[in-house]
Amino acid sequence: MNASYIGIRRYLVNHLATALSWLAAALVLVPLLAIFGYLVYRGFGSLDWAFFTQIPKPVGESGGGMANAIVGSAFILLIASCIGVPLGVGSGIYLAEYGRGRFGHLVRFTADVLNGIPSIVMGIAIYALVVIRQKHFSAFAGGLALGIMMVPTIARATEGMLLMVPQALREAALGLGIPKWRTTISIALRTASAGIITGIMLAFARVAGETAPLLFTAFGNSFWNMDPTQPTAALPLQIFVFAISPYEEWHRKAWAGALVLVVLIVAAVTSVRIVASRGVLKGSH
Amino acid sequence: MAVGIKVQNLKAWFGKTQALHGITMDVAPGKATAIIGPSGCGKSTFVRCLNRMHETIPDARAEGNVKIGDTDIYGSGSSAVQVRRRVGMVFQKPNPFPTMTIYDNVAAGLRLNGVSRGRELDAVVERCLTSAALWDEVKDDLKKKSGASLSGGQQQRLCIARALAVEPEVLLMDEPASALDPISTSKIEELIFSLKQNYTVVIVTHNMQQAARVADFTAFFLMGELIEMDKTEKIFTTPSNKKTEDYITGRFG
Repeated sequence: MNASYIGIRRYLVNHLATALSWLAAALVLVPLLAIFGYLVYRGFGSLDWAFFTQIPKPVGESGGGMANAIVGSAFILLIASCIGVPLGVGSGIYLAEYGRGRFGHLVRFTADVLNGIPSIVMGIAIYALVVIRQKHFSAFAGGLALGIMMVPTIARATEGMLLMVPQALREAALGLGIPKWRTTISIALRTASAGIITGIMLAFARVAGETAPLLFTAFGNSFWNMDPTQPTAALPLQIFVFAISPYEEWHRKAWAGALVLVVLIVAAVTSVRIVASRGVLKGSH
Repeated sequence: MAVGIKVQNLKAWFGKTQALHGITMDVAPGKATAIIGPSGCGKSTFVRCLNRMHETIPDARAEGNVKIGDTDIYGSGSSAVQVRRRVGMVFQKPNPFPTMTIYDNVAAGLRLNGVSRGRELDAVVERCLTSAALWDEVKDDLKKKSGASLSGGQQQRLCIARALAVEPEVLLMDEPASALDPISTSKIEELIFSLKQNYTVVIVTHNMQQAARVADFTAFFLMGELIEMDKTEKIFTTPSNKKTEDYITGRFG
C-alpha cells in the first residue's frame, strides 16, 4: 500500500460519508415538506375569513368555519399547560436535585411508563375518573387528559437539562451563602431554561394534535363554549368529525382544519422560542 | 475585619473513605496561608470544610471543631448558609454564572440573599471589580456581556469580585490559578497580595513557587494529615520535618 493509494481512499471515504449524512438529513425533511405541501394543496382553497370567524354550518349549507374549534383548542391547551407545565417542571426539579433515592427511581419509572401509555387509554381513564363523576363532558376533563400527557415529557426534559448544568455553578452559588432552594431556582433552573422550554414546547406540540384523549373528555361542540365545565370543540375533534362524514364540503373543511392546526402549532412553538431567546446574553454559550 | 481560624481535630469523610485525619491548626488573621501537598492529600477537602462546602457532596461528612473568629461553625445552631456568607470561596475552574451579565454576576450574592440595596449596588459592583483588578477591563460591558464571555483569567477575577461582594471575612481559594496562563496567574497572585490586607486568605496550591510568593504561612499536608506548618520562608528553607523537605525538594509528590 503506497501513500497515494491511502490518500485516494481517504478522499473517497470522506466524501462518501459526507454525502450519506447530507442524504439522511434531506430525507428527514421529505415527510414534513410532503405533508405540509399536501395540506396546502387540499386545504388552502377552503380557507376564507369565515373559516376563522364562524362556527360550523349544518350539512347542506355552504360556508361556516371552525372558529369555535380553534378557540376551544386554545382554551383546552391553556388548561392542559396550567396542569402539565408546573407538575412537569416541579417533578423534574425533584428528580434532578433530590431524587437519588428509591422514591426518585419510582417517579422516573412512572414517568417513563406514563409516556408510553396510548393516548386513547388516557382518554378513557379520564372519562371514568372525571367525566362519569361529573356526569358530563367538559373542557376541563380534556385539558386534564392532555395536561397529564404533557407531564412525563416535561419532567424528563427538565431533569435532563438540570443535570447538564455544571455542578461548579451550584457550588459557586452555595459558596456565596445562597440557600439551596434559591440556587436551584435562580441558578440551575435559569441556566437550563432554554432546554426546559424546548421540552415544554415538544410536549405542547405533541398534545396539541391529540384527538383520542379528547373524544371522551372534551367531546366536541358545534357551538361556542367558554365554560370549562361544558363540552367544548377542539380542532382535532372537528377535523375527525368532518373527515369521517360522507359530505364533500366537510371533507374540504377537514383539510383546511388540518392545515390550520399544523400552522398554529408551528406558530405557537416558534413564537415561544423567539420570546425565550430574547433574554440570552452575548457570549453566554 | 479580618478574623482568625482555629481548627481542632477536624476529620472528614467521603462515604467510608476518611480524607482528613484530625487536623489541628491555626490560621492567622489578615495573612495569607498556603496549603501545599501532593494530589489527594486532603488540601481541597480541608478548605472546603472551612466554609461547610464539603457536606454539599452526597455522603460526605465532617466533624471536629472549626472556629471562625468566635463562631464554632460545626456547633449546634450554626447554619451553613450563614457560614458561607462570612467565608467566601474561589474555585479551581472559573465558574461565572453564564446566564448573567458581568454586573449581575458580582451582584448575585447580594441579590439572591435578599439584601439587594438598589443604587448602592452600583457602588458595590464597582468597588469589588476594582478590588479584583478587573474594573478597567470590563467597565464598558458591565450590563452588556455575559460573565462567560470573558477570558479565563478575567473570569477568575470576576469570581473573586463576586466572592468579595458579600463582604466575607475569610477568602478561601482552591487552586485559583491552576487553570490559568502565567500572565493571568501573576495577576491573581498580585491580587492575593493586596487582598490579605483586608481578608484572611487561605489558598490551596500545587505550585510551590506560588506559595512562596504569596503566602505568609505555609502548611504541608500529606495523606490527610498536617505534617508541618510554619512561616513560609522557614518551610521552604529549613523545614523541621523530613517529609516536608522531601516534598519541597521534589523527592516525591
